[in-house]
Parts: sequence; structure tokens; C-alpha cells
Amino acid sequence: MLRYISGKFLFMVLSLFILVTATFMLMNAIPGSPLQSEKATSEAVQKNLEAYYGLDKPLYVQYGKYLANLLQGDMGISMKKKFQSVDKMIAQSFGPSLRLGISAIVTSVVVGCILGILAAMYHRKFIDNLAMIIAVIGLAIPSIVLAPVMQYFLATKLGWFEVAGLNGPLDYVLPTIALASGPIAFIARLLRSTMIEVLNADFIKTAKSKGLAGYVIVAKHALRNSMLPVVTYLGVLTAGIITGSVVVEKIFAIPGIGKHFVTSVIDRDYPLIMGITIFYAVILMISRFLSDIAYVLVDPRMRAGGKVGK
Amino acid sequence: MSNFNPKPRGKERSDTLTPDMFEKLRREEVRVDEVGRATLTAWQDIWKRLTSNKLAMLGFWIIAALVVCCLVVPLIWPFDHYTTELTNTNQAPNGTHWFGTDELGRDMFERVWKGAQISLFVGVVAALIDLVLGVIYGGIMGYYGGKVDEVMNRFAEILYSIPYLLVVILLLVVMEPSLTTIIVAMSITGWINMAWIVRGQIMQLKNQEYALASKSLGAGAMRIIFRHLVPNAMGPILVTLTLTIPSAIFTEAFLSFLGLGVQSPAASWGTMIDDGVGGIFNYPWRLFFPAIFLSVTIFAFNVFGDGLRDAFDPKLKK
Repeated sequence: MLRYISGKFLFMVLSLFILVTATFMLMNAIPGSPLQSEKATSEAVQKNLEAYYGLDKPLYVQYGKYLANLLQGDMGISMKKKFQSVDKMIAQSFGPSLRLGISAIVTSVVVGCILGILAAMYHRKFIDNLAMIIAVIGLAIPSIVLAPVMQYFLATKLGWFEVAGLNGPLDYVLPTIALASGPIAFIARLLRSTMIEVLNADFIKTAKSKGLAGYVIVAKHALRNSMLPVVTYLGVLTAGIITGSVVVEKIFAIPGIGKHFVTSVIDRDYPLIMGITIFYAVILMISRFLSDIAYVLVDPRMRAGGKVGK
Repeated sequence: MSNFNPKPRGKERSDTLTPDMFEKLRREEVRVDEVGRATLTAWQDIWKRLTSNKLAMLGFWIIAALVVCCLVVPLIWPFDHYTTELTNTNQAPNGTHWFGTDELGRDMFERVWKGAQISLFVGVVAALIDLVLGVIYGGIMGYYGGKVDEVMNRFAEILYSIPYLLVVILLLVVMEPSLTTIIVAMSITGWINMAWIVRGQIMQLKNQEYALASKSLGAGAMRIIFRHLVPNAMGPILVTLTLTIPSAIFTEAFLSFLGLGVQSPAASWGTMIDDGVGGIFNYPWRLFFPAIFLSVTIFAFNVFGDGLRDAFDPKLKK
């Protein structure tokens, strides 16, 4: 088990290193200097600016310096936002994004699992059909449609929620639904199909013949054995939530990282793009790593030190 | 769940048999070698299961209607998607402009169908690129196995671990935002899933007798993979292909919505939704039409793909 985890950890560090290198090279491959502007600057000023950003040195020196700084949490200075440091911009906007992300992830897992369990317990009955209709609709309506439509009906027409911003707890409702609807549908379908299989297994029949109540069987015996695919999905879920947050933050005018990301790409603010890319990548890889560990904890075969076949 | 008590036997069983319960058949009437039901080939069987799935067929007919309409409507509709008419901006749906006009007075009905062209084009092209790359890579990985598989798999895993959105957006920084850029960006990581599916299938199939027979007749690896193994793995490949299309359509709309994709005056559902969000309080129809089209299209491909998967999966066969 230790071997498995350390292997995953090494793999994570390697992927991260490759991503950082690729991003750095890509940003440097773009023709033209980011310091070029319409205004003519004297040679001395240009030289000074280049020295300030370290652009006068050879590429490998720049790269080494970037890596060294990165390890200390220094991501350089934004080129568009009046010389603000990138790490500070990320730190400032991380709060709202993180809170929204956690709220979306918790909602997806809880609601998705409940729907999936109910659908499996009442397989081929009304509740199952209802849950699967919800799931199909949840998968079909993308966040870029759901968010503005909810904004229109629930916030503007009915006035139940604020149209934009993230100030009170109630403001989390609409963005959370927009982010979680797809994952809820996915988790519900995933859990339903594994659970139907598990509920037909022999050990469930044994539990039943012992006279255990239905919900005890589901909670104690079936759920744990059906959770594996859901746990594996958690890493992907984080990626989905981050992707979705870019759009949802734009629609609900939430001052988070996603908003910075889009503007940085449109402004071609290279240090900021790199900083946020690396930041996102770190979060994603850590969450994937954690989901790998959770997988080991859920699957007893892994704890015994065995290897689960692919 | 299942019934543990054996059913009481039927009464008829214990009744004594009388000769009049039997009918005598002449020898030539007995055709033991004839199969009672018409035999179905595997594909006919799949087709039967697919067509009996109502939701999947609904998806199929929606897709068919979309394809036909997006080709025909722009030919016969009197407006085009880029001419602005500044005296006629933000009109509500009416007799002349069925879906109204946008903030520059462009006809929304025409733009929505042009958007369908873009979406379907992106979906199909991205899926085909995934198909070609994924089948070749996955086929080689699965057939050779061992060290080759390990190295190729590691490479795919590293590529896969880089988040999709980041790759797409980084590429958009380097290249100009356009349809080509989106498709290239989606293809960089998109094929990996297909490759894994093909790999798994080939690994199962390569030990079958017909592969061995072909090998012993002197066929090369490429011939065995693409002539014998891949056709037999067609089911999962087709299902993956169908389910790639909606995700590609969604990604295009998503990027265009952020302003990183198809640029105006070209009409993508994503850019139209973005424009619609801007005018949502006064002109909601500018949001609703592209939004409905996008959702219904993704829905149709999803249910059709699901139906296809069920049709191919013999476990669900009754």
C-alpha cells in the first residue's frame, strides 16, 4: 500500500513538472515580447524593463529562476494589472472560488449518492425512473445554459435570490446548482448501476436472510461496495468543478480565480496565465492523489497490500 | 428479491396421459434441423434492440432532424447570419423573424441553424480525429502489450493527467481563437479515452483463435490489428464515438461562451448564449433559443449513445 501511494505521489510530481515545463516553453515560444507596446520606448527603458522581468537572460536561466521562485511560492508579476504579484492575486481570489467549489463538490456527492441509492433500491419503480429522468436532464443542460436561465427565472422574475455576487449564504445556492447539476447526474447513474449489481450479490442475500432491515443492508453492506467508482470519479469531479467555475463565476460576477483566468487569457498576461495554470494543476493533481488514497481506504483488498487489477 | 420457496407443482402434471392427448406426425413433417425463429446476425440483433429503445430513437430522430435542417434551412431562409440591420435590433419573435433578432439586428433563426452547423461539424470532426488516433494508438498498445504497452500507457497517462481545460486554453493563447484551434486543442487529449477503450478490447480479442489463425497464415501485426481485431471491437468504439460528440459540442460552446472560441460574426451557440446573457433582462429570447438548441442537441446525442451502449451490451439482453 505504501508502495502504491508513493508511486502515485511520484507520478503526480512528475506530471506537475512536465506541465510546468510545457507551459513555460509554450509561453516563451509565442513570437513577440509581451513588453512591446504601441508607444515607442527608448532603448534604455526597454533594456531596463527586460532586466526587471529577467527577459535579457538566456532561456534556461529564466526557466531555472522561474522554477526556483515557484518552489518558494513566487509566481512573478502580472504584466497588465499594475505590477501586482501573481501569487497575491491568486491568494486574494482563492477564497470565493474555494468556498463555492467545496459547496458544489459536497452537494454533488451528497445529492448524487442519495439519488443513486434510491434509484437502485427502487429499481424499475417510479422513484428509479424519476431519478434517471433527473439525471438525463442534468447531463443534457450545460452550466452555460442552466446558470443564466436560473438567474432569469429565480433571481429576476421571482426575486428569490440575488442576481449576482457572493455575499450571503443564500448567494451560494444558484452557482452551486449550476456547478453541481452535471456531477449529480453522473454520480447518480454511476452509483445506481454498481449498486444494482451489488444488491444482487450473495452477501446481500445473506444479510437479508439474517433479517437485517433494508436501510441497514444498504448503509452497511451495499454502499461501501458500490462506492469505488464514485471515489475514483472524485478526481475528475474536481476538474469539472474548476472548469465549470470559470463560466459560473463569469455569469454570477463572482470575484474568483476563474474570472482572472479568462481575463488573463484575453489580455495575454503571460505570468498570470502561467500562475493560474500551475495553481489549477496543483489543485487537480492533489485532489486526484487524495482520491487515489481514498480508493485504497475504501477497498479492503488494497489495504491488505494486494494489487487491484486494472 | 428472489423466491426461495419452490412453487407448488401444477395439477395437470399428475394427471394420467391418454393417447388422445398426442398427435401423430408423419416423418417428413418433422423438421428437427429447422430453427424455429429467423436467425439474426449480431448486427441485426443490435439494430433490433436499438430501435426498440424509444428514448434512443427519439435521440436519433432529433439528430437526423438537426442534420437535415441545418443543411437546408440556411439555403432557403431569406436572411443570412451576418447582415446587420440596425433599425431592427432586439425584435421579439414574429412572422418575419421567427426567433427575433439580436442586438445588431441579425436574424436569430438563421443564426441558430448556422450554429447547429458549427456544433455538429465540431462534434463530428473531433470525434473522427479521436477515432483515428485512439484506434491506432490503442490498437498498438493492446496488441503488443508488455514493455511497449507500459511506455505508451505511461505517456498517455501523463498527457491525460494534464487538465483538459488548461491544454485548450494554453493552446488558444498560442494560436488564434478559431474553429481549427478548438478542434486541435480538443484532439490533443481527447483521443486518450478512445485509446484505452480500444486497448482493453484488443487485449481481450488478441488471444482468440481467428487472430492466431491469421498469424499462422503469415499476416503482419498491422493486418491482424486493423483487419481482424478492430472490426470486432466496433461496438465499444462506436459507443465511445457517439458519446464524444456531445462533449465536443459542449466544449466548443463553452469556449465560445468565454470569448475564446468562434468569433463573431460566425454564429456559435456559445457566443449567442453569451450575447443572450448580456440582454437577458429585456430580451430573454436571445438567450432561450440557442440555449434550448444546445441542450436538446446534447440530450439527443447522450440518449442515443446510451441506447447504443445498451444495444451493444449483451448483459442487458433479455
